[in-house]
Order: sequence, then C-alpha cells, then structure tokens
Amino acid sequence: MKLDAKIPSGPIAEKWDTHRFQMKLVNPANKRKHTVIVVGTGLAGASASASMAELGYHVLSFCYQDSPRRAHSIAAQGGINAAKNYQNDGDSIYRLFYDTVKGGDYRAREANVYRLAQVSVNIIDQCVAQGVPFARDYGGLLANRSFGGTQVSRTFYARGQTGQQLLLGAYQALARQIDAGGVKHYSRMEMLDLIVIDGYARGIVTRNMVTGEIRSWVADAVILATGGYSNVYYLSTNAMGCNVTAAWRAHRRGAGFANPCFTQIHPTCIPVAGEEQSKLTLMSESLRNDGRIWVPKKKDDTRPASQIPESDRDYYLERRYPAFGNLVPRDVASRAAKERCDAGYGVGATKYGVYLDFADAINRLGRPAIEDRYGNLFEMYEKITAENPYETPMRIYPAPHYTMGGLWVDYNLMTTIPGLHAIGEANFSDHGANRLGASALMQGLADGYFILPYTIGNFLATTKLAPVSEDHPECKKIEAEAKERIQKLLSAKGKRTVDDFHRQLGRLIWNEVGMSRKREGLEKTIREIPAMREEFWANVTVPGSGDHLNQSLEKAGRVADFFEFAEVMARDALQREESCGGHFREEHQTEEGEAKRDDENMSYAAVWEFQGVGNEPTLHKEPLEFEYCKPTQRSYK
Amino acid sequence: MNLTLRVWRQKGPQDKGGFVDYPAKDVSPDSSFLEMLDRVNEELESRGEEPIAFDHDCREGICGMCSMMINGYPHGLEKGTTACQLHMRHFSDGQTITIEPWRVKPFPIVRDLITDRTAFDRIIQAGGYVSVNTGSAPEANMIPISKEIADAAFDVAACIGCGACAASCPNGSAMLFVSAKVTHLNGLPQGEPELLERTRRMVEQMDAEGFGNCSNHRECEVACPKEIQMRNISKMNRDFIRSSVLSRVFGTNGKS
Ligand SMILES: Cc1cc2nc3c(=O)[nH]c(=O)nc-3n(C[C@H](O)[C@H](O)[C@H](O)COP(=O)(O)OP(=O)(O)OC[C@H]3O[C@@H](n4cnc5c(N)ncnc54)[C@H](O)[C@@H]3O)c2cc1C
Ligand code: FES
Repeated sequence: MKLDAKIPSGPIAEKWDTHRFQMKLVNPANKRKHTVIVVGTGLAGASASASMAELGYHVLSFCYQDSPRRAHSIAAQGGINAAKNYQNDGDSIYRLFYDTVKGGDYRAREANVYRLAQVSVNIIDQCVAQGVPFARDYGGLLANRSFGGTQVSRTFYARGQTGQQLLLGAYQALARQIDAGGVKHYSRMEMLDLIVIDGYARGIVTRNMVTGEIRSWVADAVILATGGYSNVYYLSTNAMGCNVTAAWRAHRRGAGFANPCFTQIHPTCIPVAGEEQSKLTLMSESLRNDGRIWVPKKKDDTRPASQIPESDRDYYLERRYPAFGNLVPRDVASRAAKERCDAGYGVGATKYGVYLDFADAINRLGRPAIEDRYGNLFEMYEKITAENPYETPMRIYPAPHYTMGGLWVDYNLMTTIPGLHAIGEANFSDHGANRLGASALMQGLADGYFILPYTIGNFLATTKLAPVSEDHPECKKIEAEAKERIQKLLSAKGKRTVDDFHRQLGRLIWNEVGMSRKREGLEKTIREIPAMREEFWANVTVPGSGDHLNQSLEKAGRVADFFEFAEVMARDALQREESCGGHFREEHQTEEGEAKRDDENMSYAAVWEFQGVGNEPTLHKEPLEFEYCKPTQRSYK
Repeated sequence: MNLTLRVWRQKGPQDKGGFVDYPAKDVSPDSSFLEMLDRVNEELESRGEEPIAFDHDCREGICGMCSMMINGYPHGLEKGTTACQLHMRHFSDGQTITIEPWRVKPFPIVRDLITDRTAFDRIIQAGGYVSVNTGSAPEANMIPISKEIADAAFDVAACIGCGACAASCPNGSAMLFVSAKVTHLNGLPQGEPELLERTRRMVEQMDAEGFGNCSNHRECEVACPKEIQMRNISKMNRDFIRSSVLSRVFGTNGKS
C-alpha cells in the first residue's frame, strides 16, 4: 500500500487555489456520461450528490433509512463553525486553521485543515441561500456563539437543532436534483460490499431492505459518506443504525483504515440508567458555558445535591484547570469525570455521573435567560430522567460520540483504492486526535459541497476506465459472497441475540479502548475478540429469512463487521505509544495525570492494511509535518 | 411493571395482518417505549421467533423515523413527544397497550409497524427547496432577515416529517406537513421568487399521492411532536389560491 497524500506545493494559503487551477476539468458535455455512486445522505453525502448533479454528473444515491432526510446528521445540536469573523473578535481563516490543528493535538494534516477553514465561509453563504433558518440578532444579521472553549465566537446555530436544519437544506438540494433527474435515489438500500475491478472501485453490492434483493450497481467512481463507527461501543450518542459496514467492507477490499483508535468521548451525556438502555443522549456542550461541574468531596456521599453545602463540593475542573475551568476541551473534561467516578466520588444510582449545576447561572442571570438559552435541552433532560434541571443539578457522564478515525484519504479525498472516495465522518479526518465542537458539520459540508465535486472531476478527467456492467463476473462473485454471508447468519440458529453479542463487545471496547487505555488491557482485548467473534458466528440467532424486511438480519451484518473492526481499533491503540487527544494511554502521562504526547516518534497517521480476518494487519505510516502550527503541549491550567 | 402489548403483525403489504398479544414483563419505568419493545423483541428472537418490526433510528425525537399508534394516538398521548422519547413511567402496571402502524392510504404498510412514507419525499421533490446551485450563493449577511421572521421560519422548519399529522387526521390529510415546508420557504426572502410555483406543485403532488383534504379536525396539531400549528395551513391556502389564479392566467411556466 502506497500512501501519497498528494499535498500541493506552495504556501499553505495558496495550495487549494493552485490545485484547483491545475486539476483537469471534465468537458461539460461529457459530465452526464459519468455515473457516480454516493452511499450516504448525511451532510456529506447529500451535499455531494446535489452538487455533483448540479454540475451534470449522473448520481446514484443510497441510504439505509426510509428517507434521505433521516441521516444521523439530523441529530447534531450545537452548531457549525466558520471563519466569518462577523463578531469582529479577531477570528480569521488562519485562526480557525490553527485552533483545529491544535485542538486535534497535532495529528491532522495541515494542508487539509487549512482548506477546511478556507471553505468554511462559503458553507454559511450556501446554507443561508437555501433558507436554513440560522439564529439571528435583532438587527437581522446572523448570530454567533462561542463553543467548546474557543476564544472567538464563530459558531453558527439554529437553536439546539443545527444539524437538522443544515441537513434539511442539503436534503432539499438533493430533492431538487432528484426532481430534475440528475440523481436517482434509493432509500432502505444497504451497501454490503464494494466492487473493485482492475484495481478501480467500480460499484457496490446492496441489499434491498424491503425485498431482500441483492444486486450490484456500477459506476465510474464510488463515494462513501457513511458516517462514523461510535456504535462499536454499543452505547453511544449515535443513531441506532450507525455502522462501520461500508467503510469496513471497503477496507477489506484494499482501502487503508487510518487511526481507528481516535474516538471522541463526549463529556456531557445523560448517564446510563439501566440494563435496558439502548443509546445515550447528548446534552449539548454549550451547557458548559453556564453550568458548573462538581462532585461531593466525600466518597459515597448519598445526600441529595441540594443538601450538600458549598464546602462539601469539589468543582474539580475549576480546581484542576483554573484558566479554562468548566470549558476545557472534551477529552480533558471526560477523563476528569472518569477519574472522579473511578475514585468513588460519582453521583446517581450507578455512581457513574457528575453534577452539572445551573444554580449559580440562574441566580446571576435569572431563570428566563437560562430558559431562552437551553430550554429545549432542559426539557429533553426532564423527559428522559424525570428530574427538573432548574431545581436540581443535571447528572452527566461521558459517552462515545464521534470517531476521528476512518478511511485514509489523500488531499483529493480519495482512498487507497483508486476511484473510491470517502467524505464526512467516514474519512480519517481533519480533526486529528480530537475534534473541536461544531467542526464535524463544517467538515461534512466542506467535503460535500466544495471539495469533492472539484476533485472528482480531476479523477474522471485523468482516468481511462473500461466500460463495465452489472453482469461483470466480479459483480456476480461479490453478490454471491454477500448472499453466502447472509445465509451463514441465518443458519447459525443459535441461542444468543445479536444485541446480546453487541452489548458484550461494546462493554469490552468501552472498558479497554474507551477513555483510557493501557497495554495489558489492549493485549487482552486483542486476544479475546477472535473467540467472541467465533462464538457470534456459531451461536447467534437471526430469525426469519433473507428475502423480506428483517431487522435482526440487518443488525447481525453490522455487528459482525464491528467484531472484525474492533480488533484493529485495539491494535491501533496499542501501537500508539503516547497520549494524544481522545487517545489516553495510562503509561504516557505526566506526574499530574495529564496526557503526554510523543512528537518525536508518533507524529504520523497510522494506516492499516487488511490481511484477512484473524491475521495481523500491516501498519503503514503517513508522516505528518507541521510547517505552520508548531506543536506545543496543550495546557489548560 | 408488567404490561400486555396488543401489537399489529403483518408480514408484508399483501398480508391481511392482525393483532397479537405479548406480555412485557419487569419493565423499568425509566426505560423508553422503544427499549421496552427491544426487550420483548429480544425474548422473541431468543425463541427463534421473528421480532416486531418498527422504524427507529436517532431515538432522540429528531430524525422522524419512529412512527406508531400507541393506544390510538400517533406517538402516544404525551404532548410534543415522539414514540422514541416516550418513557414507560407514563404507563401503569397491568395496562394493555395497543400498538399499530400509521393507517394512511398513501403510506402502505411494509411490515408490522413499518410503513412506506416516500410520498413525503416526493412532495418535497415537487418544489420544497430553494433553487440555488452550490457556489452561487451571495455573502450570507447580504440577506438581513428580521429575528421574528427567522424565528418563525425555524418554528415550522422544525418539522421532522414523521407523518403523525396524516396518521391522526380522520381524512388522512398531509396539509400540516406540506404547509410547514411551504410556509418555511415562502416566508423567507430566499424562497420568495419560487413561491407560487412551489406552492402549486407541492399541493398538486400531495393530491396526486392520495392524501385527503383538511376539514379542520385539528387532530394534526395535537399529534405533531414538534407542535407545528395549523395556522400554517391557512397561510398555504392563501398562497395556493394566488398561485392557481395566476397559473390560469399566465400558464404554469413549463413545469407540471
Ligand atoms: C448527538 C450528536 C450531536 C452532534 N452535534 C454536533 C454539532 O453540534 N456540531 C458538529 O459539528 N457536529 C456534531 N455532531 C457530529 C456530526 O453530527 C456528525 O459527525 C456528522 O453529522 C456526520 O455526517 P456524515 O454525513 O458524515 O454522516 P451521517 O450523517 O452519519 O450519514 C451517514 C449516511 O450514510 C448512510 N449509510 C451508512 N451506512 C450505510 C450502508 N452500509 N449502506 C447504505 N447507507 C449507509 C446512512 O443512511 C446515512 O445516510 C454530533 C453528533 C451527534 C451524535
Ligand atoms: S427514532 Fe428518531 S424521532 Fe424517534
């Protein structure tokens, strides 16, 4: 596997412009002769499909939900960053670039991040023109808020439903192209495999989730916009269907998988309530702007929060990080909560929770101001927990939320399989080892609206592809493999449900490859997974058949892939002998328990090459160079 | 607590379907309605029986995927709540809960509680957008919009497209859904140029899908998990009348 990032030469601010000029264009009359497959209709997929169809390409679009509007992007709450500097507070493209590289703990590729910051301003223009109802000030201009501890206000938002509004904008742009005939869209259609012919990604195999039909689709390029893999942990803030299948199947066919161990555990989620729990709910990070986090000073203090006097409270973030206090980055806040709970100071029935207290803010600003800022979040909290956060502090605990790792891509967003591109959360991203709040929406839309539609043209204009059809022997072969796998799942007829296996895997990964990791645990995980996987295939129960809507079967296929994927996640965490961003290795910390990065030896993206299930994958390294943002140790003290 | 579920089971669109009773035992009041169903399903699966099929994804009340009648009401009786956000503490021990799919002609049943709601996608495809290509947008702050108008647009844009409005309506009308998108876009300066054509085409598509008329039963407003209001329907009707009059005079601009 050769890793060529194809970073254009020249000063960082000019790279993208230079590249756009140097890229070959597809003759407008030829565009409609090219078919492009886009899997996924989240922010990344919907924006890419719509934009490519506007340019004249013929697009085939797929999603597993019943409508493209339901992609998981819909659930994003807090906002989207852009370097507009509308608040005149010193923001700039360079500052957004710098903050993102630093926030990612110096494990992202500078050139990509700079381009992301550049196009961020176009995203806001585009979305406003589509009718996205962003929050506005009384003068009628766009409002901003500060998010995730940045010192400038660059986050655009639509109440607590920014993802919904941005996705509906992209969905409507997609609908317009479906109406115009440029996009053919297929809902409830799950990609099960990638078709590679003569070294090029030429199509996908899907299962029609209503009829069970397995079939191939061919094209000149394939785009995966299939989101992240947080559900490997079983419990996460992601939608129930989020999966690694598309990316993993591509990996098995030769696409390098980068930094799988870089996952983000979000500090403010509603804690687990019981065994039945099927997913975790995020409480927007913006709450930390006004809420104060604390635990009792005494171990196993069973008094209700209201009866614990100030003197018995430990505002541990304010204590440990006086400069940033409750606004430290996500990874730092999450680990600090875990530390307190592991030490026995946690609150709530399970003792795995900390308080997020608004009493001070309510006293200072009045209840109406708090209601205006967070009303819908407080309501959501009350619906789930039956506790009123205006009166008693919220209980929160970290939960898996976002995955920085993903398919390795070059500057053109192409994976190591020619023709296969990955965009949005599915690629290993511009966020390095830790993503800043409000930057995932930005990256998904940057990739889909403003980057891929250009770079795909260069690929198509410079590549000679032989015509292929769905009757190609390779298509038939991969269809047969997909059918065989389904048959295998159906015929196990074992005793344990898919969810039961998923919970078991999730628990292991959460404990050993979660908020903190150590050699012993990782080695144990790598040893244990193969046996679990074997048991899964032998003892899973998947009732019904393959030729009708069968939700057990859908889940089984996804969990089977998580079982393969989890192993490389643990291997990746094991080889990364440092603590950086969301990846904390207990062996690598300072005396005060802070993360210790190793820039000398670990300044690379780790890219894995598949060598067969159960075989050790090969590790390749893309060295990272920091010409503009010189690595410094992050300090929030 | 212990409950009895009376659940609509139907293998496919052609199957007749019928109710089947299932016990739900030791349900925690803190679990959500869908988690309660998960438990029942896991029990079925461990016995090798096919689980109850139901649509769901985000489980946060925002994707609009979950859709079921609970004791005769779309998403159950809690105000402003989707089925996935409904918690078992709102039910009482020993209760029988009836669970059915949306019953709306243009939403054919796919299996059990799952229906086909692609009619809503087709209505959006008939003009529920602003025609602006990527890259051709003006600088965002060139279009000042008063806070009131922006907030009002947000209120209707919050629609999650679940279909509860149509499911609650005795006429099977989708007017609340369609009017939410129409008033969102028609109310903004960006949506103004296509106002007439958008309204006409979307309403025509709605009719073509076979949704019924609105005769002011007001059930939709009560059922809507995002509490979208019926006055949007009258706004849309005004725009529709303008649009049909003008199209009769000037033709329909080439699109049907
Ligand atoms: C609760 C929550 C809140 C968040 N809030 C914010 C925020 O405030 N700001 C921010 O910047 N980020 C936020 N994020 C992160 C952000 O929402 C996501 O990273 C982003 O939306 C991902 O977009 P995407 O287009 O890459 O993928 P997704 O939106 O996940 O879309 C994936 C698409 O791929 C399809 N798909 C997947 N697998 C298959 C398959 N095998 N076959 C067919 N189709 C498939 C799905 O149907 C779907 O259409 C939040 C995330 C969560 C979980
Ligand atoms: S599952 Fe998304 S709204 Fe209920």
